[in-house]
Amino acid sequence: MSLLEVSNLRIDYITEAGDVSAVDGVSFHVEENQIFGLAGESGSGKSTVVQGILRLLRPPAAITGGSVKLLGKDLLALSEDELRRVRWRDASLVFQSAMNALNPVLRISEQLTDVMLAHDALSPPAARERAEELLALVGIDPGRLDSYPHELSGGMRQRVVIAIALALRPKLLIMDEPTTALDVVVQKEILAQIAELRQRLGFSVLFITHDLGLMLEFCTHIGVMYAGKLVEVAEAAQIYREPRHPYTQGLLASFPDAVADQAELEGIPGSPPDLLHPPPGCRFHPRCLHVQKRCHAELPQLFTLSGSHRAACHLLSQV
Amino acid sequence: MNLSRASSKLKSGLKFVLRRLGFYLMAAWASITLAFLIPRLMPGDPASAMFARFKGQLKPEAMDALRQAFGFSDAPLHQQYLSYLGHVLRGDLGISISHFPASVNTVIGGALFWTLLLAGVSVVLSFGIGTALGVISAWRRDGKLDRFAPPALIFLGAFPYFWLAMLALFLFGFELGWFPLGHAYADHLTPEFSWAFIGSVLKHAILPAVTIVVATLGGWMLSMRNTMISVLGEDYISLAQAKGLLSRRVMWIYAARNALLPNVTGFGMALGFVLSGSLLTEIIFSYPGQGYLLIQAVRSLDYPLIQGLFLTITLAVLGANWLVDIAYAWLDPRTR
Amino acid sequence: MKGLFASRQALAGLALLALFALVALFGPYLVQDPTAFVGVPLEPPSGAHWLGTNGQGQDVLAQTIAGARMSLLVGFAVGFGVVAIGAVVGTAAGFFGGLIDDGLSLLINVFLIMPGLPLMVVIAAYLPPGPVTIAWVLIFTGWAWGARVIRSQTLALRNKDFVSAAIVTGEHPLRIILWEILPNQSGLLVSSFIGATLYAIGAQVGLEFLGLGDVSQVTWGTNLYWASNDAALLTGSWWTFVPTGLCVALVGLALGLLNNAIDELSNPRLKRETAYERRLRAAGVKPGTATAVLLERNVPVVPAIDAAEPVGGE
Repeated sequence: MSLLEVSNLRIDYITEAGDVSAVDGVSFHVEENQIFGLAGESGSGKSTVVQGILRLLRPPAAITGGSVKLLGKDLLALSEDELRRVRWRDASLVFQSAMNALNPVLRISEQLTDVMLAHDALSPPAARERAEELLALVGIDPGRLDSYPHELSGGMRQRVVIAIALALRPKLLIMDEPTTALDVVVQKEILAQIAELRQRLGFSVLFITHDLGLMLEFCTHIGVMYAGKLVEVAEAAQIYREPRHPYTQGLLASFPDAVADQAELEGIPGSPPDLLHPPPGCRFHPRCLHVQKRCHAELPQLFTLSGSHRAACHLLSQV
Repeated sequence: MNLSRASSKLKSGLKFVLRRLGFYLMAAWASITLAFLIPRLMPGDPASAMFARFKGQLKPEAMDALRQAFGFSDAPLHQQYLSYLGHVLRGDLGISISHFPASVNTVIGGALFWTLLLAGVSVVLSFGIGTALGVISAWRRDGKLDRFAPPALIFLGAFPYFWLAMLALFLFGFELGWFPLGHAYADHLTPEFSWAFIGSVLKHAILPAVTIVVATLGGWMLSMRNTMISVLGEDYISLAQAKGLLSRRVMWIYAARNALLPNVTGFGMALGFVLSGSLLTEIIFSYPGQGYLLIQAVRSLDYPLIQGLFLTITLAVLGANWLVDIAYAWLDPRTR
Repeated sequence: MKGLFASRQALAGLALLALFALVALFGPYLVQDPTAFVGVPLEPPSGAHWLGTNGQGQDVLAQTIAGARMSLLVGFAVGFGVVAIGAVVGTAAGFFGGLIDDGLSLLINVFLIMPGLPLMVVIAAYLPPGPVTIAWVLIFTGWAWGARVIRSQTLALRNKDFVSAAIVTGEHPLRIILWEILPNQSGLLVSSFIGATLYAIGAQVGLEFLGLGDVSQVTWGTNLYWASNDAALLTGSWWTFVPTGLCVALVGLALGLLNNAIDELSNPRLKRETAYERRLRAAGVKPGTATAVLLERNVPVVPAIDAAEPVGGE
């Protein structure tokens, strides 16, 4: 049984103008001890996927297909109350911006303990004690427990958000661009700390960022998304060594690499498609350098190249 | 260490509240000055016209008192201003013309209680109910409340308060006879602390209070609903939901409490407006408060009373705003 | 603006306003002299007088229609005045900042907090009664509302690149305000105009009802003044105040609908997700706080992916 198994997930934004297919048939799974990264440009649907997994998307978003199994439970079949019990206990979420993720008018202590009190039969003093331990765990003076968010620095706030995410010792930590708002030094510190906590507590991570360099460094497995579709998934090293999908290749070529000496950075020509009217066939074909006739009409499926390396491209299936 | 931080927080909260007090003192001074300037800035010298009008009607000592309260004399303007300020600061607002020889203070003081009772209770009720409805309406965007209440309340809010009062009085007082047609309590009773008297006060207050609540409810509800909808889009709400907290807690502690903040500020600013409406409502119900005095003062051109009412009502609004600020400082830790 | 015409709320509001504008323009020519004594006082509605007569024996229908002209004229004039002063003071405060802003903001806040009605009464009591007096009094007591929103919008615009660029290139401040800032506030100016007109019509009716207007003129406010003066309530003559009140409310409703439509345009989140709600209802899914799940069972199933063998930690 996988820790998290997402199969064929479809998420639409149902608007007056029509359905925007933000996530279209995405499948991947996260196992114990993995750090699975979802990469892609903004608007590729990676954030929608993780928010959809915990069913946090608001109207007009609706999940229109597929299944999400967390520790064997199908989250899409749960009632609101059942879902409430599963949330945070089995999977927690670290938000993009800690500035906005913490409620400005509640003390840190309250935001840390309420989640424990909601899920565990715990006395308030015991919850408080655990909250202090959690702060110490992420490297914050437990004396700051009664601070308000605005009294903490940006890095400290992000650590608090991580402490909240660890409050129930979940098996899976979902991190949605957790360090984007921070400067590079703090960013490195926090990621190093997560790696260290992971060793100690043994949870898996589903990690989202648009920063491919960061992802290659931090993740064990990587899925690449384009325009709502997963186009390639493999172990991080494989993605780095031999990216097979033209989009992944373009993405890798467009980020500065300190190791390989590239003569110049290449971008990907064109821009992501309008998801209200996605192009027929392969969604990447208008921008693809190797486009062929069938790419215009046929939707390529993900298929296995070798081991855990899979990609969705007609070029690769022609062998 | 905790203690020192707590005390420094308290100090900065106090600083906010004191800074606002400074502003209100400034606004009070501005209104007092405005009341001094207006008669002197008007075309055609209304000051002398005012005295001309009352010549012969008033005893000479009343004229003197009037002149003094307004600071009208042959002295240069700044001296007039100083003597006027002195009177106002001592709480001497002059003699009422229509209630001669009663002082403006006595006349206003007798009516202040009824205005505070009626306007105070209805404004607080309306804000409380409207805010709660706004929270529920925004939380359940597909619910009946959010579907039907906003347009209906925009419509109700479009009627002048006093017109709604006329209609209510006509329907429930005149046609159906459920409620008395006016006054604050039955004429045969004398104010005392008895069930009969309190019951009579309640019975007389219900219709005007309900009118004010109905007329103002929509404004509070719509603005709370709109801020609540914005707050519901915030990440901290998603986080609270992802944490698996009870819906009740997310709705009230996480969302409503934050959405309340801009609305509390709006509440302070709208107080003057709402109070104006409730003054007109008092007139319809012959409710013996400030509004009823206002129309008497206008009809008999009782300038000292008009000015006294302006100052009293303004100071009451400023004071209420300061209370609102204290509540705000208590609700929002960032001001502390 | 295009969005405004697509909104049903806005269209309803505009249509109502247009109707009242027509009544105000042409109505007085279509009815008899509203001040003429035409029948027994306080006569209930009848074939001769569709809305009855008032306490002076005047035709209520004629009075209601004739009253629209002055009431709307004063309302729109005050709306215009409030926005004009608000635009000047608000942009000056927001654009120049510093001491100018401190001073003007203080002035704005003082005027905002002063209760309007008593201040209006204090001023109006000294002036000759009439619509012009009322218009000036309402502008004097109401300008700060417009100035406040325009100031904060100007502050936001001032930090935009195109304004900074204009400042750096040394353009004249007046030119920047007129060409760069004001055009970008057109939406806000329109919504403040609507808000101010709404306030003006209500306050005008209130002041005239108090007897501070020219009671010999026919306006909606004086109609209500006479209704109350002639003890309409105590004689049960509902027809003397109901028609006028309904007209005031309908104009208010029209302006309120327009303002709401503008709010929804500037903050799309306020709009109902009608397509989404329809789909959920069709699927029989009750909306809740968790993302709705609409599984279409007939979607072709993509071949199941082969599960990769778990790869141990790094």
